[in-house]
Amino acid sequence: MNFFKRTIPMIIAFVMGLLMAFQYYVPHESSQNLLKVVTRWGMIISGFAMFIGAYSLFHMHWNRIRQKVSGWGYSIFVFIGAGITIIFGLLNGGEFFWNDKQAGTMFDWIFDNVQVPAGATIFSILAFFMASAAYRTFRARNKEATILLIAAIIVMLGRVPIGTMISQYIPVVADWIMSVPNLAAKRAILIGVSIGVIATSIKIIFGIERAYLGGGD
Amino acid sequence: MEKLLKIDRRIIFIFVALAVTIPLLFRFKMSVPPTRHVISMYDKIDSLSKDSHVLISFDYDPSSKEELQPMARALLHHCFKKDIKVIGMTLYPAGTGLADKAITEIGDEYGKRSGIDYVFLGFKAGSSLVILNMGEDIYTAFQKDFYGKKTAGMKALKGVSSLRDIDYAVNLTAGGIYEAWIVYGREKYNFDLGVGCTAVMGPEMYPFIQAKQLMGFLGGLKGAAEYETLVGHKDRAAAGMAPQSVVHVLVVCFILFGNFIYFTTGRKK
Repeated sequence: MNFFKRTIPMIIAFVMGLLMAFQYYVPHESSQNLLKVVTRWGMIISGFAMFIGAYSLFHMHWNRIRQKVSGWGYSIFVFIGAGITIIFGLLNGGEFFWNDKQAGTMFDWIFDNVQVPAGATIFSILAFFMASAAYRTFRARNKEATILLIAAIIVMLGRVPIGTMISQYIPVVADWIMSVPNLAAKRAILIGVSIGVIATSIKIIFGIERAYLGGGD
Repeated sequence: MEKLLKIDRRIIFIFVALAVTIPLLFRFKMSVPPTRHVISMYDKIDSLSKDSHVLISFDYDPSSKEELQPMARALLHHCFKKDIKVIGMTLYPAGTGLADKAITEIGDEYGKRSGIDYVFLGFKAGSSLVILNMGEDIYTAFQKDFYGKKTAGMKALKGVSSLRDIDYAVNLTAGGIYEAWIVYGREKYNFDLGVGCTAVMGPEMYPFIQAKQLMGFLGGLKGAAEYETLVGHKDRAAAGMAPQSVVHVLVVCFILFGNFIYFTTGRKK
């Protein structure tokens, strides 16, 4: 079993990892065809990953209901919401899912009148919590915190039209903060993350990093 | 004074609610002078000739709709006004409804027809793999459009076989997918790319702008409002500038007031 669960996936990762790394530098037609085929495989696998994601979600909520953990009642709504949406999605306005997508179906209505306002509401709640958190915790406790606070105030005002109305220099200073210190910090983080990704990729290709294979039998 | 620091957060919520609703009710307008990154995107699209191809990837879902949908609408107004062919797509499963609505609504305003003047390719799973596949052959990545029509031979895609043939691409994003568009799209297939993102993501774009990997950038609702100003079609984003400005000022006042109490009550010790 170990051969199928560990050795074969490691061989696949090694061969495909090296092959696709070299493919990037070979502009030959056969190399481009290989990329086309492999990316199509990847897209198909990603499609199945969505089913696994849905299964995992339902499995988790089913366990919550079964074990009656705190707040299990909310999990029922996951099944009700998903069930209704899936049914209307498959019905496709009476034309069923094997036909072309129909416009103005009940599925569209659910999206427009349930998912869109619910999603927007969750996002808008952030403004309230941010205002409360800023009032309670954003303190100039030391030199670094004071610099951060001043920068935050300038950027906050510089990013809305009222900043220009207060002073024409506020947006200019805000733009400088974003284009110089922010850029330097972001680039440093980006380079660090990229080197980390390269190192991890090499470790996966050569079988040093095996966490992706999972544990157990 | 110290009690003010422990104020019930619902009072703060009431202030925020008033700061949003009052400017909306009284509808006071603010001028939104366009900034250089927004002008850069506008100029790029404006320089394109009739029947050029602009790809818009609507990579966001309803939670980011309030910031990104106005951007999408403003961009579509500009493209359709200039008779540019729009290729719409999304790498977010929940992005299809919003993208479809934006393209069809604005398209109808200008009398544009699906498959001829624009095409909406819909959603495909795989993120960066989809971009790579489109870079090799757009028709293998999307054999049919969102409505099930075959993409091969579609008038809206005439002259386009891969991402290399796109005149300009805009990624409207609420997540990290813009990096895939830069690395696997723009860098590999050499097309001009712009990004529209939520305000909170804005700072992440500056290294790519300086490296000229991004040509044009719209940040948050203000970016959308600036683009609306340039297009001459003030809509939701421009209307949202007044409440957003007032809320920003309110948050600044909260921070200053909080610090004032903090220091006057001797908390520093």
